[in-house]
Amino acid sequence: MRSLRRLRRVLSSVRWYVRELTDESAYDRYVAHVRHEHPDAPVPSRRDFERMRSDRQEADPRQGFRCC
Amino acid sequence: MRTANPRTIVIWTLVALVGAAGWTVLALSRGEDVSAAWMVAAALGSYAIAYRFYAKFIAYKVLKVDRTRATPAERLNNGIDFHPTDRRVLLGHHFAAIAGAGPLVGPVLAAQMGYLPGTIWIIAGVIFAGAVQDMVVLFFSTRRDGRSLGQMAREEIGPFGGAAALLAAFAIMIILLGVLALVIVNALAQSPWGTFSIAMTIPIALLMGFYLRVLRPGRVTEVSVIGVALLLFALVAGRWVAESSWADTFTLAPSTLVIWLVAYGFIASILPVWMLLAPRDYLSTFMKVGTIALLALGVVIALPTLKMDAVTDFASRGNGPVFAGSLFPFVFITIACGALSGFHSLISSGTTPKMIQKETQVRMIGYGSMLMESSVAVMALVAASIIDPGLYFAMNAPAGVIGDTVQNASQVVGSWGYQISPEALARAAENVEEASLLSRTGGAPTLAIGVSEIFSQVTGDGLRAFWYHFAIMFEALFILTALDAGTRVGRFMLQDTLGNVYRPFKNVSWKPGLVITSAVVCGLWGYFLWVGVHEPLGGINQLFPIFGISNQLLAAVALAVCTTLLVKSGRLKWAWITGIPLAWDATVTLTASWQKVFSSDPKVGFFKQRQVFQDAIDRGEVLPPAKSMDDMHTVVTNSTVDGVLSAVLALLIVVVIVDAARVCVRHVRRPALSTLSEAPYVESKITAPAGLFPTKEEKEEEQRAVTSATSAGTQ
Repeated sequence: MRSLRRLRRVLSSVRWYVRELTDESAYDRYVAHVRHEHPDAPVPSRRDFERMRSDRQEADPRQGFRCC
Repeated sequence: MRTANPRTIVIWTLVALVGAAGWTVLALSRGEDVSAAWMVAAALGSYAIAYRFYAKFIAYKVLKVDRTRATPAERLNNGIDFHPTDRRVLLGHHFAAIAGAGPLVGPVLAAQMGYLPGTIWIIAGVIFAGAVQDMVVLFFSTRRDGRSLGQMAREEIGPFGGAAALLAAFAIMIILLGVLALVIVNALAQSPWGTFSIAMTIPIALLMGFYLRVLRPGRVTEVSVIGVALLLFALVAGRWVAESSWADTFTLAPSTLVIWLVAYGFIASILPVWMLLAPRDYLSTFMKVGTIALLALGVVIALPTLKMDAVTDFASRGNGPVFAGSLFPFVFITIACGALSGFHSLISSGTTPKMIQKETQVRMIGYGSMLMESSVAVMALVAASIIDPGLYFAMNAPAGVIGDTVQNASQVVGSWGYQISPEALARAAENVEEASLLSRTGGAPTLAIGVSEIFSQVTGDGLRAFWYHFAIMFEALFILTALDAGTRVGRFMLQDTLGNVYRPFKNVSWKPGLVITSAVVCGLWGYFLWVGVHEPLGGINQLFPIFGISNQLLAAVALAVCTTLLVKSGRLKWAWITGIPLAWDATVTLTASWQKVFSSDPKVGFFKQRQVFQDAIDRGEVLPPAKSMDDMHTVVTNSTVDGVLSAVLALLIVVVIVDAARVCVRHVRRPALSTLSEAPYVESKITAPAGLFPTKEEKEEEQRAVTSATSAGTQ
C-alpha cells in the first residue's frame, strides 16, 4: 500500500516536471495569475491564450531563442 | 568562523582525488590505450570542486547575491514571460536553450590536435571563463529586469560601444547560420537515408503545429510524444527509401541542398511561429535532451578506449587538414560552446532572468547549466577520439587534399602517420549504409560515427547504421530549427535598425518589411553557405575559424560588459573574476584574427592566400587543390571576403573593449560621473532554496512561510 502511494507520488512529480518543462502548464499558471491579481478580469480560453503566446513570440523572436 | 565537519572534508578530498587521478592518467599516458573513464573522472571531479568552491565564492563574495531581494520574476510577474519558475524546471529550460550543435561540433574538429588540448580547454575554460560568464551575465541582467546584453552594453558602456556590439551580434548570427547550414549539407549530401528522414520532419512538424493550434491547444507533451514516434518511424523508413527506387530522388548534390536549405530558411521564417518553428522546437528539444542523456549513459556503460593520440603533430606544426593553424590560438576558438560561448550571454540576459525565483539561484542555473553543457562537449570529444584516427582524418580532411577514392585517401592519411587500409575505409561507410565517408567535414558525421560506435557497443552491431542516422537526424533537426529561429532574430535586428531610416520597418508585422528583411538575412547566410560548399580549399576549413572567432568575440563583449559592471557597482577588487577571462579571450581571439588576416602562411592567412592564388592566376597557372581557372578565381574572391570579415569583426570588438575600458577608468577616477541602471531593491516575499537540494535552514524557512501563510489565511 505504501509503495503504491510512493509510486503515485513519483509519477505525479514526473508529470509535474514534464508539464512545467514543456510549458504545457503555462495556461493553468496564467489563469491562476489572473484570478489572483485581477479577480474581476475575464480569463481567456486556452485556445485564445495559446494564440496570444505564439503572437508574442512572433513579435519578438528573441523570446525563447535557442543557442547554437 | 565556520568549521567544516569531518564528513564534508572526507567527501571533498575523495572528489579531489578522483579528479586528480583522471588528470594524471590523461596527462601521463603516451602511446598506450586510455579509457574514456579517465576523461569522465577528470571532468566530473573538476566540475564538482569548481561548483562547490569557486562558483559559491563568486556568488556570495563577489556578486553578493541577496536572497531577500525580489527578482524581476516576482516583481513584474505577468503570468507569461515574467513568472517565478521552479529552479529545477528553469535549469532544464536554460540548459535546453544553451545546448545545441555547438558543443557537439567544435570538440570533434579540435580532436585533430589530439584529445588532451581539447579536454584541458573544455574543462578549464568552462570553470574559469564560460560558466563564470553565464552566471555573471545572468546575475546582472536579473538586477536589470532581464535586460538583453545589447541593452546593457548601450546603457552601461555607451551608445558607441553598444552599436558596435549590436553590429557584431548581427554579423555573428549570419556566420553562425552559414556554418551550421554547411555542417548539415556535408552530412546530408549523397545520403538518401538522412535526406529523407530530415525532409519528413517538415510534414511531421506541420502536423504537430496543426494539432496544437486547432485540435488540442497547449497539449505539448502528447503532441511531442506523437511527433517523436513519427520521427523515429521516418528514421526507420529512411532505410527502406534508401534501398528502394526512390533513392535517387533523395540523393542530392551539395549545391542542390544549398538551394533547398535557403528556400526552407526563407519560407519557414515568414510562416507563423505556430506552423513550423514551435513544433520543431518541441521535437528538437525532446530529441536533444533524450540523445544527450543516452550518450552520457552509453559513455558510462561502454567506457570506450580512446584511439586518438593525446597530442598529434598537427598541434605544433599547424598544418592540420581539418583547420589550419597551431594549437595556440586555434584550439581555443574551435571549441567555443562547451568551454566559453558568447551566444550563451544572449540566453542568460534575455529569457532566463525573467523567470528566476531567487538571486541565489544564479549559481545553479548559470554556472550549473554551463557545467552540464561542458560535459556534453567532453562526450563529443570522447566520441571523436574513440574512432580510428585514420578514419577520423579521412572524414574530416577536405576533398581537395585527400582526393575522392578510398585508395588515395588511405595513402594521404597514411603519409600523415595514420594507417588505414582502403578496405577499412570502404567498410566503415558500408557499416553505416553510406556511399562514402570521405571528406564528410563539419563534425556531425564524425560525431555520428562515434555515437554509433558507443551505442552499438551497448545494443549490438546490428543497429550501427540506425544509430548513425539517428545521430545525424538529431543534429540536423536542431540545426534546421536554428536556421529558422536565427533568421527570425537576425530579421528582428535588421527591422529594428532599418526602422530608424524608414519608419514602417519598425512594425515587425508589416508584411513587405518582413519579407524583405527575411530575404536579406537568408541571402546573407545563404551566400556563406554557397561559398562554403563550393570552396576548393574546403568550406569548413576556411569558414569554421571565422565562426569560432566570431563566437569568442561575442564572449569578449559579454565579459567586457560584466567587467564594466563589476567595476561600476563598486566591486573593483573583484573585477579580475571576469577581467582575466576577458584578457585571455581577447588575446586568443585577436591573435587568431591577426593570424587569419596577416599570417604569411597561405594556409592560415587569408590575404596571403589571396596573393598566392592571384599571382598564379597572373602567371596563368592552376594551383592545387583548385582544378580550374574558375576555382582559382573562387579562391581569390573567398579569401578576400573572409579576410575583410575577420578584420572587421576584430575591429568591432576592439571598439567595444576600448570603450568599456574608458568607462571603467572614468569610474575609478571620478565615480560621481557614472550611473548604474540597477532596478531598486524590493523585498522578496517568496522563499525558495538556492541549490538543487534544499539545506536544513531552507527547509525550516519554507516550513515557517507555509505556517504563516495558512495562519494568515484563517484569520
